Amino acid sequence: MNNTTSPARHLPWLALAAIGACALGVVALRRGETVNALWIVVASVALYLVAYRYYSLFIANKVMQLDPHRATPAVINNDGLDYVPTNKHILFGHHFAAIAGAGPLVGPVLAAQMGYLPGTLWLIAGVVFAGAVQDFVVLFLSTRRNGRSLGDMVREEMGQVAGTIALFGCFLIMIIILAVLALIVVKALAESPWGVFTVMATIPIAMLMGVYMRYIRPGRIGEISLVGVVLLLASIYLGGQVAADPVWAKAFTFTGVQITWMLIGYGFVAAVLPVWLVLAPRDYLSTFLKIGTIIALAIGILVTMPELKMPALTQFADGTGPVWKGTLFPFLFITIACGAVSGFHALIASGTTPKLLDNEVNARYIGYGGMLVESFVAVMAMVAASVIEPGVYFAMNSPAAVVGSDINAVAAAVSSWGFMITPDALQAVANDIGEHTILARAGGAPTLAVGIAQILHHVLPGKNTMAFWYHFAILFEALFILTAVDAGTRAGRFMLQDLLGAFVPALRSTESWGANLLGTAGCVALWGYLLYQGVVDPLGGINTLWPLFGISNQMLAGIALMLGTVVLIKMKRERYLWVTLLPALWLLVCTTAAGLIKLLDPSPAVGFLALAKKYNEALAAGQLLAPAKSVEQMQQVVFNAYTNATLTVLFLLVVFSVLYFAIRTGIAALGRKERTDKETPFQALGGQQ
Amino acid sequence: MFNDLGKLGKYLGQAARLMVGMPDYDNYVEHMRNTHPEQPVMSYEAFFRERQEARYGGGKGSPRCC
Repeated sequence: MNNTTSPARHLPWLALAAIGACALGVVALRRGETVNALWIVVASVALYLVAYRYYSLFIANKVMQLDPHRATPAVINNDGLDYVPTNKHILFGHHFAAIAGAGPLVGPVLAAQMGYLPGTLWLIAGVVFAGAVQDFVVLFLSTRRNGRSLGDMVREEMGQVAGTIALFGCFLIMIIILAVLALIVVKALAESPWGVFTVMATIPIAMLMGVYMRYIRPGRIGEISLVGVVLLLASIYLGGQVAADPVWAKAFTFTGVQITWMLIGYGFVAAVLPVWLVLAPRDYLSTFLKIGTIIALAIGILVTMPELKMPALTQFADGTGPVWKGTLFPFLFITIACGAVSGFHALIASGTTPKLLDNEVNARYIGYGGMLVESFVAVMAMVAASVIEPGVYFAMNSPAAVVGSDINAVAAAVSSWGFMITPDALQAVANDIGEHTILARAGGAPTLAVGIAQILHHVLPGKNTMAFWYHFAILFEALFILTAVDAGTRAGRFMLQDLLGAFVPALRSTESWGANLLGTAGCVALWGYLLYQGVVDPLGGINTLWPLFGISNQMLAGIALMLGTVVLIKMKRERYLWVTLLPALWLLVCTTAAGLIKLLDPSPAVGFLALAKKYNEALAAGQLLAPAKSVEQMQQVVFNAYTNATLTVLFLLVVFSVLYFAIRTGIAALGRKERTDKETPFQALGGQQ
Repeated sequence: MFNDLGKLGKYLGQAARLMVGMPDYDNYVEHMRNTHPEQPVMSYEAFFRERQEARYGGGKGSPRCC
């Protein structure tokens, strides 16, 4: 890139912006004929590049005024372990691997029920103005505060109470995330012997790797990870044989409830095992597989150039969709969290990454750039969900309560919405992917797996490989979800022990087995309960848990952006306040609107309280309301509705208390003439010992 | 950017290891030798275990995204 100051240097960027705008125009305006997926890819990539070149540079130079001569925590505290000045490309990989997970893959798939257009537009606009800004700002703030965590920074800048509330919010989010991730696994593995076999096989494979890295050839990650991947692929092949054998298939076929109990038991056992045995090796596998799959998917889309079969906009934008209920505003912005803006990233951008940053000017590339790539992953997920037949998409994702559970009934119901599909076609897809049914597989993972399989089996050699790639995609998602469940339960256990330790100090001891078991059991019970209710409640599941997850995740992003806004005021940079204030306000409006609608909407399909009321009244009148089949199920629905309502109220309380403290601190700082932020003092690069 | 493929391979290996939370061992040894020559340097095996424990075992381990 030349560094001349002539205006001509902007010309290529102008051309790129024009290309992006035109591609987006094609995506948005072409109706009645199919659109090639490449248009979406070109539009998003061109706009990301332009946003990176101009908007992130503006934020770096004017808003944050990144200083290349300022020593970063990695330089000041360099210990070769936690604090290491790291090459920016290597750090980019570390940061990206930490932020990319199931979220950006599942959200867009669920949002595809409104058509690909609303989700794609939100992904692009959301990441440029909110998501990437949040990651960048938090990384910057943490780097200037010796790599402190989000909770610590909120406490320092806004006070003790605000900090504690934010931490409590983080714990709630963790529980919801674990429940919703586990639910995705349950939905993908129920009645699927092939899937269950391959996922179970990961446990001995991980143990083998763990023992190898611990005792046989300590620390040799590369060679044994390669062996692990080969064994995984072999287990997918073997899973196919298992599923084809009537006796073995029966042994590995489980209902959703059975898999739920297995997961809960697994979560408990795995969280108290030594980390090197299962958690660490499986994390290695899932990380490498994740990066590999993302790259393969990108290449696959570029090579096959699939047509998008989903319409740009479906009739379900009005809120009547079968996958989840709710109107475009605010629920689209809740459903697609990761990929557009994800509060969880604030925890990572204030975790290990700032301790590895070699120079703070690289925060732009890693914070803003890393999130752009994550958004691109979400765009690919949207493409994968849109290349499959819409009829298949809706048959897979509609709950039995809406479309029935018989293949003929489902095909008729989905066709009546205008997405023509025959029962034979649905069965053919199930046969292609090696499953006996594809009905009621909400949760995003199976749909995405069908999409990925459709794209990959065109690119990679071999005949009839659809089934193999479907189960590969399921395995790949299950792998990192199980890792998240495992790691999340551990982190949640420490949080819980810390929280309870305030009352019973003995519980805080992480060395004591009793306290550990109690903390772990408490944490597993919390997410396990939410998971269980999502599986057994005839009306529960993804359609109730995912909005809760989205609300909590966006709420955390709101907190991070409010922190950014407060610090900008304290730094006396009020004229650039809008950079963090506008996305913060947008997230507050979306989460509050979504929270209040979920609470108070008079329609029982949307509002938790209305649902509880409807079933309570029916109970009092001695009636049974479908899909509940017994009084117990009726009571279950009522109880769950109240649980979900309580969680929603808690989220709203958390976000409004942080808002209160943000406004109070912000106004106080406005009245001061000097800077009042708590940055660590300047130290020149090269000036440290 | 890269002079030769060997260097590229080294970078990719470092990137892959850091993705799973394993910083560069050579860099650690060099750091210890330059700045703390009086302190003992962990062997690669000990370094590997220490880093694994730090990433997953402690309460402050970095959470991964959804």
